[in-house]
Amino acid sequence: MAEPALAVEMKGIVRHFPGVLANDHVDFDLRVGEIHALLGENGAGKSTLMNILTGLYEPDEGAIWVKGRRVSFSSPREAIEAGIGMVHQHFMLVPSHTVTENILLGLDKPRFWLRLPEYDQQVAELSQRFGLKVDPKAKIWQLSVGEQQRVEILKMLYRGADVLIMDEPTAVLAPQEIEELFKTLRTMTEEGKSIIFISHKLNEVMDIADRITVLRRGKVTAAGLRASETNKAELARLMVGREVLFTMEKKEQTPGKKVLVVEDVHAENDRGLPALRGVSLYIREGEIVGLAAIAGNGQSELVEVITGLRPCTKGRVLVNGQEVQNRSARSAIDAGVAHIPEDRTQVGTAPNLSITDNLIMKSYRRPPLAQGWAIDRIAARQQAEGLKEQYEIMAPNVQTPVRLLSGGNLQRVILAREISAEPTLMIAVQPTRGLDVGAIEGVRRMLLAQREANKAILLVSEELEELIALSDRIYVLYEGQVMGEVHDGSMEEIGLMMTGTRQSELAERR
Amino acid sequence: MTAAQPSSPRRTLYLPFRISLEQRMETPAWLPVVTSIGAVVVALIIGGIILRLVGGNPIRAYAHIFEAAFGSIGQLNDTLVKAAPLMLVGLACSLAFRMRLWNIGAEGQLYMGAFGASAVVLIPLLPPDTSPWIMLPTMMVAGILAGALWGAIPGFLKAKLNVNEIITSLMLNYVAFAWNNYWIFAHWNESGFQMSPTFPRSAWLPRLADYAEQVPFFSGMTLHLGIVFSLAAVFLIWFILYRSRWGYEIRLIGDNPRAAQYAGLNIVRNTVLVMMLSGGLAGLAGMAEIAGVVHRFQERISPGYGFSGIIVAWLAKLNPFAVVLVSILFGGLILAGREIQPSGIPSMLQGIILFCIISSEVLVRYRFSIRRQEA
Amino acid sequence: MDPIITLQAGVATGTVLLFATLGELLTERAGVLNLGVEGMMLIGAMTAFSIAVSTGNPWIALVAAMLAGGVLSILHGIVTIHFRADQVVSGLSLTFLGTGISLVLGEGLSDAGTIALLPTYSIPLLSSIPILGPIFFTKQSILTYIGYLLIPTVWFYINRTRPGLHLRAVGEYPAAADALGVNVYGLRYLYVIIGGMFCGLAGATLSLAISPGWFSEKTTAGLGWIAVGLVIFAQWNPIRAAVGAFLFGALRRLILDLQGPTVLLGFRNPFFYNPYLGFFLQMIPYLFTIVVLVIGSREAMRRRLGAPAALGVPYVRGERGL
Repeated sequence: MAEPALAVEMKGIVRHFPGVLANDHVDFDLRVGEIHALLGENGAGKSTLMNILTGLYEPDEGAIWVKGRRVSFSSPREAIEAGIGMVHQHFMLVPSHTVTENILLGLDKPRFWLRLPEYDQQVAELSQRFGLKVDPKAKIWQLSVGEQQRVEILKMLYRGADVLIMDEPTAVLAPQEIEELFKTLRTMTEEGKSIIFISHKLNEVMDIADRITVLRRGKVTAAGLRASETNKAELARLMVGREVLFTMEKKEQTPGKKVLVVEDVHAENDRGLPALRGVSLYIREGEIVGLAAIAGNGQSELVEVITGLRPCTKGRVLVNGQEVQNRSARSAIDAGVAHIPEDRTQVGTAPNLSITDNLIMKSYRRPPLAQGWAIDRIAARQQAEGLKEQYEIMAPNVQTPVRLLSGGNLQRVILAREISAEPTLMIAVQPTRGLDVGAIEGVRRMLLAQREANKAILLVSEELEELIALSDRIYVLYEGQVMGEVHDGSMEEIGLMMTGTRQSELAERR
Repeated sequence: MTAAQPSSPRRTLYLPFRISLEQRMETPAWLPVVTSIGAVVVALIIGGIILRLVGGNPIRAYAHIFEAAFGSIGQLNDTLVKAAPLMLVGLACSLAFRMRLWNIGAEGQLYMGAFGASAVVLIPLLPPDTSPWIMLPTMMVAGILAGALWGAIPGFLKAKLNVNEIITSLMLNYVAFAWNNYWIFAHWNESGFQMSPTFPRSAWLPRLADYAEQVPFFSGMTLHLGIVFSLAAVFLIWFILYRSRWGYEIRLIGDNPRAAQYAGLNIVRNTVLVMMLSGGLAGLAGMAEIAGVVHRFQERISPGYGFSGIIVAWLAKLNPFAVVLVSILFGGLILAGREIQPSGIPSMLQGIILFCIISSEVLVRYRFSIRRQEA
Repeated sequence: MDPIITLQAGVATGTVLLFATLGELLTERAGVLNLGVEGMMLIGAMTAFSIAVSTGNPWIALVAAMLAGGVLSILHGIVTIHFRADQVVSGLSLTFLGTGISLVLGEGLSDAGTIALLPTYSIPLLSSIPILGPIFFTKQSILTYIGYLLIPTVWFYINRTRPGLHLRAVGEYPAAADALGVNVYGLRYLYVIIGGMFCGLAGATLSLAISPGWFSEKTTAGLGWIAVGLVIFAQWNPIRAAVGAFLFGALRRLILDLQGPTVLLGFRNPFFYNPYLGFFLQMIPYLFTIVVLVIGSREAMRRRLGAPAALGVPYVRGERGL
């Protein structure tokens, strides 16, 4: 049999960034009609490699062939013209524009006048052909996340892309939607498209990919492995370089008294629409309670109500018996609530301030750091140095501005700050997102340690595996209401609840 | 990949290597100082070129400026007199800018401060023979309060309604000018001239010249107590920004308001307070100009101190001590500017300096990297 | 005081504001905040007047003014787009720069005498429409009529054309546009320069048509800043911008005219008998700008719309977020 045709071939790719060698002589090839997974933890170099392929960056060294022809892209436009399309993890869609407007962006046609109805029709036809249902006239902000992803795919198909690069596409989808996506991908390969699937999730990669390439710290550790000829353990080892434990040690523990009680809370989101419609839950000392929900179903608003960052229109939130709703962030902090926010850079830290300044963000008001009107800088510095060592924050010194820290170290700063405040209630939102395996393990271990220390923890996470592994109980949130409370739930059950089935209805289904 | 992934704008391959801007990992302490000085030098060169275009002789003009500002003790005295209000306004702007509050209304706040101080004398709130120990502090308080009020308005609008403080504070400048003019023309003028009668001696800030009998060296030196206010303010602002809890809050809000909110800070309250303090300092400058320099209430009190103060703050990189130095520099520039033609030169030079400073900041945050590139 | 005459003159002043506001609107739609409007208008006004004096041809002067505004705004573009400096401070420095340079280069211009002005026209049929005719179509400078045509043109351009789509995308979500091959840097430069040219045009309108002459910094007296405020009031919509501009022009003129007559609306005119009250009248445009800003901001908060999302944020390819 002849060598299978290559849609893309990359040889010897090298790319530097300040302080890091992102791609170190990487080879990669993609066969026509296959789904090839690019596996690696955060920071391994997958995004850089693909950004080079799509023309966003230029490689320092190396060569690229597309359909047998040598190419060199100096802009995304050239890559698109060569038939390479990327569906980004963080969607590149203009929220206030319509689907069609987003698809037409950057094209030379229409020449001048924007006659949308004609193009709406074209988009509708394309979406029919590939089974990607979406309303061309809808504005992006009105669409669900799954629908937005379809728009991103349509964007590339409209431009005649033969190679589709999916960057962590399942991060924002519910389990059922992931199945749908995989079906769509297989349909597309039958139509002759080739797909590169970037992920760090071993389960999915084993499920969908024909072949797998693994990157670690910028180098290829395994090239073009056939999915049928490998297993999760081997892949994990290739990703991380050592044996990876998949289960966490979770001790048996009896929870204590209730620390957090949420009673029938109603709240609105930023648009004035109801985000929480009667949520009630509780968390006790010494337990981790998970909150499972697809993005946009009220979990952010719930966290904000508990931490005092958002008012609620009805209901109560009690921390250790004290009412904290509708007060302020300050009173929540004073009541002993620690918050590890979803957004490390925009919310959790001040980028240009030093590590010390970021560490004292919640403790500077009280002695020993507060001395009358002044702050005892020496004490602050000493405390910071202690925390830096204890939490293994990698940085030149405590005066370093935190914008220079890596994601993992940034999270360590936030954890150090929140945990050292000895809170009674800890709320962790997506705490392991974007971190490498080592950092992820560290965070999870820390959460379990806090649980053993009899703290109450609310864990909001998109990674269902993580939720199930770490939580004692899981509440499922859908459209601002609790669908059910699970003790030993299966993925399938939780997945159904995440998409709107109430727990009571589940029993009927069985 | 690290959390921050900066990259450069594309450049077509004309050369066998690629030049790009990359974020600096660390900033050596000397770099901002050197780039600031370099920027001023470049600005002077550019200013010189423009002077040439209008037929002037730049070297002679600059030499003249230097000599007029620092040539003799007398002139140095006059420079310091001009530097005093600049310091206060420079501090006012530094404080506000730290919190990313763009207070462009310092000029108006200065004028309102002048109004407040003058009102004490002209209404009159206190009789002319009141002891200076009572008169002057009252004028100070009135001036500070008037300036603080004028600063609080844009502060409040920004805090509560997210109204752009640049435009509101700027508009209030014009309102302040008109307000002062009304009182001068309609009520407080001296027999038809566009100014009030001279203030009684008790409303004069003491000057060095007052002590010429004891210290002959001081004769003719108009440097007044206002300079002490300015220097005291330097230490006050330094303490607030670098040592106090409030200063930490200000810096945190300025760096990342969302993080500050998350940390439990009250942004509304801090916005208004900072604008009030900023306005109050400018108001104090206004009082000092009235009581220390012009000794009457008149239409034109300031040659644009409020605007120059913005540039002073930026050139000093918002550092209180650097503000002192830069104020002296600019004070000299403004002083000399009265004598040279064309009269727009100090204003133009200030504009060019600010522009060069901003351009030079790129060198502090980024560095040029040259990488060999294979075709 | 004749209200028709007042409004007619108001339209003329409004034209100045219209050009500056539309220019800044385009720049801001592309995501760049340019606070140097006042400085660019002054440079435009000075350039126009001085070229008109030396060449005697107001049209060349007009073009020169636009070029001057454009050149000054290139500096802003370089500093904010390439050097990624803070857009607020850069714009401010541009105001100082523009003001300073125009003062220096414009030295002595105020004594230069009179110049040939741009022609004024009355449109034959339209000027007979009752009330609207005399206000909008009678004895207005040709620039005013150009202004009228510009309003729908700009609206259509932004909302119904392909380049307009790119403009909006670059201001809302430049990363999306960049990933699809739109030249974000290039477009931002383009609209910064266009905005600057419009501001130069606005300045020229002042010194060549509306209030001919050169009065150093009093020539614009804060009009540039009012224009920036009007963009916010307009919620970045050209039609609203026009409404705001003409409203303001009328207001300014009204303030002047209020002080003239002895009788106002049947009562003794307080502004005539106590001329000092005129100072309070002077405050009105500026206070009104503040009011207009408050209205604009509250509406933005209420309708959850508002500024182009990427306004004021330098775009760097490869950085997370916008």
